[in-house]
Amino acid sequence: MSKLLNANGIHKSYPMGQTKLKVLKGLSLSIEKGEFVAIIGSSGSGKSTLLHILGALDKCDKGMVEFKGRDIETYSGAEFNRFRNLKVGFVFQFYHLLDELTMLENVLLPTMARAGTFGWISARKPAKKRGIELLDRMGLADRIKHKPYQLSGGERQRVAIARALMNDPELLLADEPTGNLDSATGVGILEALEAFNKQGQTIVMVTHDDRIAARADRTVRLADGKIVK
Amino acid sequence: MYKVILPARYLFKRRIAILAILAVALCVFMVVVVMTVMRGLLQDFREKNHNFFGDCIVSSQSLVGFTYYEDFIKQLEEQDFVEAVSPVINAVGIMSMPGSDLNDAKTLTGIDPARHIKVTNFAETLHYRKSDPQKAFVPTYDPEKVGCVPGIDMVYLRNSSGGYSHGLEPMPIELKISCFPLTARGNLLNSGMGSPVNTKNFFYSDDSHSGIVKIDSNTVYLPFGRLQSLCGMGGKNPRASAIHIKFAKGFPVTNGTAKVTSLWKVFAKKYETQAATSSEQTYATLMDNVVVESWKGYRRSAIAPMEKEQAMMTLIFGMLGIITVFIILVVFYMMISSRSKDIGILKSVGISTTSVVGIFIVFAGFIGCIGTAIGMSAGCAMLVRINSIEDWLFDKYNWQLWDRSIYAIGDIPNKIEWQMLTIIGTCAVVACLVGAIIPSYQAARREIADTLRVDQL
Ligand SMILES: Nc1ncnc2c1ncn2[C@@H]1O[C@H](COP(=O)(O)OP(=O)(O)OP(=O)(O)O)[C@@H](O)[C@H]1O
Ligand SMILES: [Mg+2]
Repeated sequence: MSKLLNANGIHKSYPMGQTKLKVLKGLSLSIEKGEFVAIIGSSGSGKSTLLHILGALDKCDKGMVEFKGRDIETYSGAEFNRFRNLKVGFVFQFYHLLDELTMLENVLLPTMARAGTFGWISARKPAKKRGIELLDRMGLADRIKHKPYQLSGGERQRVAIARALMNDPELLLADEPTGNLDSATGVGILEALEAFNKQGQTIVMVTHDDRIAARADRTVRLADGKIVK
Repeated sequence: MYKVILPARYLFKRRIAILAILAVALCVFMVVVVMTVMRGLLQDFREKNHNFFGDCIVSSQSLVGFTYYEDFIKQLEEQDFVEAVSPVINAVGIMSMPGSDLNDAKTLTGIDPARHIKVTNFAETLHYRKSDPQKAFVPTYDPEKVGCVPGIDMVYLRNSSGGYSHGLEPMPIELKISCFPLTARGNLLNSGMGSPVNTKNFFYSDDSHSGIVKIDSNTVYLPFGRLQSLCGMGGKNPRASAIHIKFAKGFPVTNGTAKVTSLWKVFAKKYETQAATSSEQTYATLMDNVVVESWKGYRRSAIAPMEKEQAMMTLIFGMLGIITVFIILVVFYMMISSRSKDIGILKSVGISTTSVVGIFIVFAGFIGCIGTAIGMSAGCAMLVRINSIEDWLFDKYNWQLWDRSIYAIGDIPNKIEWQMLTIIGTCAVVACLVGAIIPSYQAARREIADTLRVDQL
């Protein structure tokens, strides 16, 4: 297996009044291609922070993140956009869907962002097909025209997963995708993720549920700003 | 770009977009209507003054007047930039009505209608003699009598629609005018019987409606020669108070005034050096009191307050405009600041900062243009109908924006000026754009994780 992502000596702190709140203190982590990794840790331990840094949604103070052997710090603005659009799919802890768009439109957003106006004319049909297919796999085939506010938290989380997978990214970063779900639905989502993983999708998932973490290939624990296991 | 069009579409689904359009439209509407009317009122007042006094006025600042005016007129009439010239006597006197208690101090203006109508719009201000202004001082009911033309507000009460109800013929009213004749040295001339007052009766032959309230309520026109002798300005070396000049069509007033000024300087100098006798020296000193002014300068004291008012109005409405622009800016700022999470989402799927800002610029541009278009159309529609709306309000509720029995305006001015509309529209759209660019750029530049954290904290 080849190394997809490698994080080395990541430091991250937030200003807190006069002092600094050190969240990540020289954390290192590497993800192999096709792996299903679960990150566990107590609330506030910096799991979301780490995931944001890995997905280039935030910058670390010190340290280096390599994607396929290249330091993402060296990316140009356009390369960053390409990275976010094509290479990683991000599932946010709080879904983050656009309220005014339908479920399907939300799912199509990454493809729309990739295709220009004219590109979209040709990309539209296959994109729609894929979007509907993804929503179908998430068990939401009958809700594609609904708006986020018409859906439950778990349903929104599944739409967010479909959106993250829309451009078929090499890496899926999921921040507590089962956090708001009852265990049955949670297991349903987990099974869906496992199925994607079987097809070769690399997944890094944050969770605080040990039982869910147990189903991953590998579990790492985040404590005191470092990976402890 | 589709990545612009789609999010723009999602923005328009928000109800606040409609509110923003309405806010822009309302602001634009208000500024358009108010500015047009205010500008119109001043323009109207200026025009009335210009029309009524001619382009340039050579006038003495003393009641005594100045001599040799006909010589100067002759000289002026030879200039090709001068179209017409009219001498005028300005005096004060007491007007009374025989058989009544009415008496009042009035401004008396002596003119020769045949000359004066060529310089000013005096003819149009008349009612009965409008088409035959030379006979302004000839009463239709008795051509033998000497007429006078009082300002219209001295004769009729203005009705609520700003009009006057004239009879078919002027009423045969007799007016007694008394003046205090002055010598060339400025002393009271003791005319016969030792009385220092000259009195003569005139008959109301017509009235003058200039639209300038002060003049229409305070001035009586008399035949030039009659008033001249009433004031003791006639005789061997007659005097006049002013010469009103109209320049050739298209000749700039400032240039004309400058030319007349230099002509006058030479003219006055000549008489000063020639003066031999003591009375000739007196006449020469009278010329020192003479000033040459454009109509604007001559009417400065009347126009200045109006201009001050306009300047203040402009200031007030300029502030209003700034506030409007600020409101629009704030509306956008709040609208977009509250969507900074959306900006984070858009960026997290790989949309570039420029595209994100572009989305909001397109959005703000749309709202600005639509709002401005609505506001302007509504403003123009309102202006076109403003007079009929006012009439309707008056008919129905007896309510008037400007009480015409007080304000000497006919219709509310509603001339739409494209230049002004362009400025207002541009300001509104620019405000929208600035209001959109600042917060969206700020949000788009932040780390995505930070913008997304907004509503979880
Ligand atoms: N922008 C910020 N400013 C200040 N402090 C922050 C900021 N973002 C995160 N933090 C702090 O950093 C710490 C880690 O936050 P993070 O969201 O990564 O925790 P987490 O492990 O995901 O917790 P949870 O399991 O509750 O989601 C928390 O104590 C949080 O308060
Ligand atoms: Mg978290």
